[in-house]
Amino acid sequence: MGNPSTPPDLRSDASSGSLVGSARGDALFKWLLIAAACTIPALLLALLYELSSGAWPALSKFGLEFIVSGTWDPVAGIFGAWPAIFGTLLTSLLALAMAVPLSLGVAIYLTEFAPVAIRRPVATVIELLAAIPSVVYGLWGIFVLIPFLTTSIFPWLEANLGFLPIFRGPIYGPSVLAASLILTVMIVPFIMSVSREVLLAVPSGQREAALALGATRWEAVSTAIVPYAKSGIIGAVILGLGRALGETMAVTMLIGNRHEVAASLFAPGYSMAAVIANEFADAAGGPIHESALIYMALLLFAVTVVVNAAARLLIWRVSKGRGGR
Amino acid sequence: MTERIPGAPQVPAIVARDFSFWYGERKTLHEVSLTFSRRAVTAIIGPSGCGKSTFLRCINRMNDLVPDTRTAGELEVEGRPVYSRTLDLVAHRQRVGMVFQRPNPFPKSIYQNIAYGPALNALALKRDLPEIVERCLRRAALWDEVKDRLHESALGLSGGQQQRLCIARALANEPTVLLMDEPCSALDPIATQRIEELILELKQDYTIVIVTHNMQQAARVADRTGFFDAGRLVEMGETNQIFTAPKHERTEAYITGRFG
Repeated sequence: MGNPSTPPDLRSDASSGSLVGSARGDALFKWLLIAAACTIPALLLALLYELSSGAWPALSKFGLEFIVSGTWDPVAGIFGAWPAIFGTLLTSLLALAMAVPLSLGVAIYLTEFAPVAIRRPVATVIELLAAIPSVVYGLWGIFVLIPFLTTSIFPWLEANLGFLPIFRGPIYGPSVLAASLILTVMIVPFIMSVSREVLLAVPSGQREAALALGATRWEAVSTAIVPYAKSGIIGAVILGLGRALGETMAVTMLIGNRHEVAASLFAPGYSMAAVIANEFADAAGGPIHESALIYMALLLFAVTVVVNAAARLLIWRVSKGRGGR
Repeated sequence: MTERIPGAPQVPAIVARDFSFWYGERKTLHEVSLTFSRRAVTAIIGPSGCGKSTFLRCINRMNDLVPDTRTAGELEVEGRPVYSRTLDLVAHRQRVGMVFQRPNPFPKSIYQNIAYGPALNALALKRDLPEIVERCLRRAALWDEVKDRLHESALGLSGGQQQRLCIARALANEPTVLLMDEPCSALDPIATQRIEELILELKQDYTIVIVTHNMQQAARVADRTGFFDAGRLVEMGETNQIFTAPKHERTEAYITGRFG
């Protein structure tokens, strides 16, 4: 350190100055990082508090009945979220059921079978789908997808699979199935790109071990590579599910917006995010209507947290089953 | 299945005649001609990048994974041309087992690792699998260490145990040839010693080709040794002769540590 008789404000010793400075810098940096790390949980708590206090009037009035009741009557001030919860879960799961095989197929093809020259370009094009704003998907859904569905796919399904209640009933256009299809297109890029990364990260030793033991290319993929990547692929699927659950704009534009649980996939429905987006701006039913919408948001928040927690648990159990490493 | 011809032990298991190999435009093997004897250990030594691993990986066509490669000349295993269009690649790889540089067990149980090949190639009935698993683990000198945890993950084993597991896994396919690509380079000296003892034990039944960086290892385990340099086979002969009286100046320079 510098000469003790030197007054601190006149210290000109460069080396001691920079030493003190860097120690101070370290401390400052540390506190900045701690603050940054605390911001996100704090925001989360604030959000939770805000939602809970906003939802309180509806929560205290309807209780858990809100979740199972199907009546949504702003004029009478009676609210039940079940059709929207059902619509959110149904469209998301349907989208997942269609998107997972498609994305995994593409990811496996692009990592194992495709000519090397097209692997990156095709992956990039699919990833670009994720960059399209969801309102554009909504417009495309209204002007292209729905006319196509109502003129060809829906009638075909009704004619051939109409014995199933899910493919029966009047065809309006906007429907649960249309919303699920648009969700499928929207989550494929996420699931595909994450599974592709995961598959690429499988050590080549695994592939070689399988092939050297007499596996065909396909057997190597199905018995060695995909099992190795299993937990990562589950993660990719969960990411897609999270997207699907929260997607608002495109679903609002295509789902038909009717508070109703119908057996038919051709029938209009509603989703939690769509209800909030549609009704919040002019909550005609007054404060209790607004509170019911916030309650709905709280439920949506809870659903996504539960789904993600379940997914983490699943990944943890799968990777634990693998042992070691 | 193994062709055992007691009267003709000198019939070679693997023959290469003017065998060349290209990665794209780059020729990495130049007219290699050699033979590997049946039920013997042959070591391939040489400096990094000399083509020894490439050659080994041609024998079970592992190089097929690399796009844009081609070959010329002949390479035969038990009389079958390896690069023939009519070769049944799956059956070929079942007959030619391989052990890799880094132990690569599947993230499955010890039992499932061994049963993988027989189940895949439908070599055995499901009810015979436990017996095959035991036999192969015993053959690979691993049984006593793992018999109480056959259904635990193979990744819980030590590196040396994992490598012996990989050997057992290859044996379960009932191969005639065993290719080993620097099988001890990721292992400690004690684990290495156990693998070497195992190699000496296994040569009674298998044709073993081992690529190694470690010249002492070649001297310890191999009956014959070939020296590769810059994609060419410089010289091949009895291991003793290669290490004590190499015919070629380049070989001598390598084994005395002047390069490589």
